[in-house]
Amino acid sequence: MPSPFTPKIVTASDLLDGDVIYQTEDDRWSRNLTDAEVITDEAHSQIRLLDAERQNIALVGAYLADVNIGANGPEPVHFREDFRRTGPSNYSHGKQEGASNV
Amino acid sequence: MYKYNEFDTAFLNERNAQFRAQVERRIDGSLTEDEFKPLRLMNGLYLQLHAYMLRVAIPYGTLNSAQMRALAEISEKWDKGYGHFTTRQNIQYNWPKLRDVPDMLDALAKVGLHAIQTSGNTIRNVTADHFAGAAADEIADPRPVAELVRQWSTDHPDFQFLGRKFKIAVTGSSSDRAVIKAHDIGLRIAERDGKAGFEVIVGGGLGRTPMIGKTIRDFLPKPDLLPYLEAVLNVYNLLGRRDNKYKARIKITVHENGIDKIRSLVEEQFLLIRPTFSGVDQDMLRDIETAFAAPTWQQKPLTAYEDAYRVDPVFRSWADTNLSAHNADGYAIVTISLKAHGATPGDATADQMRLMADLAERYGHNELRISHEQNVILPHVHKSDLPLIHAELQRADLGTANIGLISDIIACPGMDYCALATARSIPVAQEIATRFDELKLEHDIGALKIKISGCINACGHHHIAHIGILGLDRAGVENYQITLGGDATMTAAIGQRAGPGFSADDIVPAIERLVYAYLDLRTDPSEEFLQTYGRLGLAPFKSALYPEVQAPKVRAPEVSANAA
Ligand code: HEM
Ligand code: SF4
Repeated sequence: MPSPFTPKIVTASDLLDGDVIYQTEDDRWSRNLTDAEVITDEAHSQIRLLDAERQNIALVGAYLADVNIGANGPEPVHFREDFRRTGPSNYSHGKQEGASNV
Repeated sequence: MYKYNEFDTAFLNERNAQFRAQVERRIDGSLTEDEFKPLRLMNGLYLQLHAYMLRVAIPYGTLNSAQMRALAEISEKWDKGYGHFTTRQNIQYNWPKLRDVPDMLDALAKVGLHAIQTSGNTIRNVTADHFAGAAADEIADPRPVAELVRQWSTDHPDFQFLGRKFKIAVTGSSSDRAVIKAHDIGLRIAERDGKAGFEVIVGGGLGRTPMIGKTIRDFLPKPDLLPYLEAVLNVYNLLGRRDNKYKARIKITVHENGIDKIRSLVEEQFLLIRPTFSGVDQDMLRDIETAFAAPTWQQKPLTAYEDAYRVDPVFRSWADTNLSAHNADGYAIVTISLKAHGATPGDATADQMRLMADLAERYGHNELRISHEQNVILPHVHKSDLPLIHAELQRADLGTANIGLISDIIACPGMDYCALATARSIPVAQEIATRFDELKLEHDIGALKIKISGCINACGHHHIAHIGILGLDRAGVENYQITLGGDATMTAAIGQRAGPGFSADDIVPAIERLVYAYLDLRTDPSEEFLQTYGRLGLAPFKSALYPEVQAPKVRAPEVSANAA
């Protein structure tokens, strides 16, 4: 039996400032993981990744990242994605600074 | 101090204009990321986890006050008001915006700084002993040689597309503060029969396959330096592997072919190349040496220093740890700690940078140095000025008395910034420093070097630490592996792995057990950690780290190359 598909989001870095961004269902890019489109199907994930990769001007390095579905929407599976979502952990000066997304 | 010439300035301006156009073409979409990436890397611009990162070279770690002020200003104008000094004697800005980078490079060029060859498969920023020109144990200032190598290697057509990056370090002392044995080429200035020359070491490196460099020539007469280096690079270009990025460094070439074969090939090449060097390089070197001439030393009474040392215990403690012996009477080398307990190792705010620039200007012949240990140095300070300097440093949170102690930790950016990281390293450094400060033990513990890397690339030099910590990703959880007994000096050694790794929660207690074991085991306080380790070996430290020795249930996982 194939293993069940782990839900995914498409994430990348913004071209102009390098900030972490997430693809939304309506084809925008949000800085906020909770806005991300949660993809639950392998074929669709590949299509959405291609959609992202076509946007040369907007972003750099799009990829699919695993998420769990939590009470407030998608939650990172891996700690790397958790740091990308919040910013550096040595002291608060990245995304977490003045952000409402954490 | 040495100033770049007009050629350098014109070259920098041209390079910056070129890059400005490339950035515009990337933003308007004419360049894809695949096309742009090599261009930005050639200009020191990386993309990290949360933002771009601009890496600025500080050749042989030397800055003047105007340059330090420019670094401060750039951090305020285009970044978050701080910079991160690294083990490669560079400064990294962690938050530049793509559109601003050309302006940042122009601002750097105005003070003769740049980001060229801080990346890519080129000869990187040449590093040198951070006490160069000042150390009491110095034979000669290594910076003129470093500068000669920089001029020769910058934009050298043969060396823009090497098999891999290539790092050269120079020391002018018998003791090695520039880690020359962990560089592709290490040069140690030496003397033989009254003649100046070099011991040449080749094939050192860290990363996933750490190697201690081997002596390829025990004495190379000074005028032969560039032809000899060129011979080494030619042999590397010819023999070095290009099939596998992980086997492409010269350390692997030396390891696979053996030092004797490399030596004879280099000597062969050298004989061919030497006649093509007309001696112009030696004339250049003489000019450079003049530009690096030592300042005129002053004769002043030492009373202010002696009084403060006698009556002020805080000053005394700082003087005991943060000063080093200078080659001029009445002078000292000041190491300013960028390792306040709990702070990010190597970070300095714009205000701190400006204060250090001011102090250098007022009391330090306008000179500053960046050490690979991520601290800032005022190389030439008259001792009578030390109490004033110390007071000002303290007010700016720069007065920590911990140089060479357990909280003077090297930590790479790790997963707080770096896109390649497998775990964080800065928070581990912060916690260790905070913990041992609470215990008020660090002065009692004495000389102890902890170095932390957030992945096997080893940017934090963990292999050559007394206690090395390597952060890995074990099935989606941060895991920290300890190595013991590494050494970064002339007696360089790669540390031994102590055993299974520790979780993020367990790593600081493990270090604590290790240090308590050392305190118990040492013969007396004069026996340093590394000496105790050398005397007793791994075993007693291992039992301190793993008290539950009886049949561990989980077998130690082996480190694999792709640990993620
Ligand atoms: C965040 C951006 C960085 C990236 C992408 C990066 C990448 C790498 C890689 C891939 C290696 C392994 C090279 C090899 O084994 O062939 C390496 C080694 C190294 N890097 Fe970094 N690094 C970064 C930051 C730093 C920083 C901040 C420092 C200084 C604190 C540094 C200093 C070094 C040193 C000293 C080595 C090992 C020496 C050697 O080349 O063998 N790097 N780096
Ligand atoms: S050692 Fe790894 S994590 Fe640390 S800076 Fe280098 S590449 Fe990044």
